[in-house]
Amino acid sequence: MELEAAKMIGAGLAAISLAGAGVGIGIIFGNYLSGAMRNPSAAQKQFPNLLLGFALAEATGLFGLVVALIILFAF
Amino acid sequence: MATNPMHQFEVYRIGPEIKLGTIDISFTNASLFMVISSLAILLIFNLGSKKNSLLPSKVQLLTELSYIFVSKMISDTAGSKAKPYFAFIFSLFMFVLFCNMFGMIPYAFTVTSHIIVTFILASFIFVGVTIIGFMKHGLGYLKLFVPSGVPAILLPLIIVIEIISYLSRPVSLSVRLFANMMAGHTMMKVFGGFVISLGIVGGWLPLSFSVALTGLEILVAFLQAYVFAILTCIYLNDALNLHH
Repeated sequence: MELEAAKMIGAGLAAISLAGAGVGIGIIFGNYLSGAMRNPSAAQKQFPNLLLGFALAEATGLFGLVVALIILFAF
Repeated sequence: MATNPMHQFEVYRIGPEIKLGTIDISFTNASLFMVISSLAILLIFNLGSKKNSLLPSKVQLLTELSYIFVSKMISDTAGSKAKPYFAFIFSLFMFVLFCNMFGMIPYAFTVTSHIIVTFILASFIFVGVTIIGFMKHGLGYLKLFVPSGVPAILLPLIIVIEIISYLSRPVSLSVRLFANMMAGHTMMKVFGGFVISLGIVGGWLPLSFSVALTGLEILVAFLQAYVFAILTCIYLNDALNLHH
């Protein structure tokens, strides 16, 4: 196979990891909402933790994007 | 016109070329934006803390709000022992926040979208936290790698995993900030390119998407500075309050 084509396919495969980030962010917000509905008075206190979890989950998906960019541009 | 979405991350020299031996230390656009963010922080916080009135002005309110925000963040995550490190974490948070926010201005350069900048910040934090840990606890700091309540058979494996996860802290801390900033700015550029290529007929859809993305990116710029600072607090908490 041509090297250029293999690079493109590899970068595309590496970008699939963003699906995991999507699942993670969905779980975080969904669980926060269900918890907040059960006990609205405690919801405000956990909001920083929600944002922290969101940022951590999003970043994990972006590591995959970095791998894709390394494959495309660094090799 | 820059058609390549990665073109915005190019570092170029401003002014004369300065060489120190074989190392190029010329003034670049990255250094220009670091200087601008530092000056903006200095200006805002000098103005805000110069005249302390009971009825605060807007700048003073901003200064006091950010002070309270960071001090609450530190006391919540790292406890009262982390009070002496307030100045460091505050300036770290403000620097990352201002670099991210200045990057949101069109045609501005985002300093934190380069891995070398975030990696240097993260490795200073890593080395500093490790030194603090060894100074406070001596060799007892190595107990950090031995979690309590683990069966003796599993210990060799757990210790190796803990050491690897400790050593990968600077990498994950720096890559998180860098990847978020770079991915966001690339995405905005790509959608901007769609607006141009679809023209006046179909360009409205990507344009509205672009507006929404800008809002998301401002949120992410704040959030990543917050996460960077709060993870520093968590690492500091590990070093100060060794509870295993």
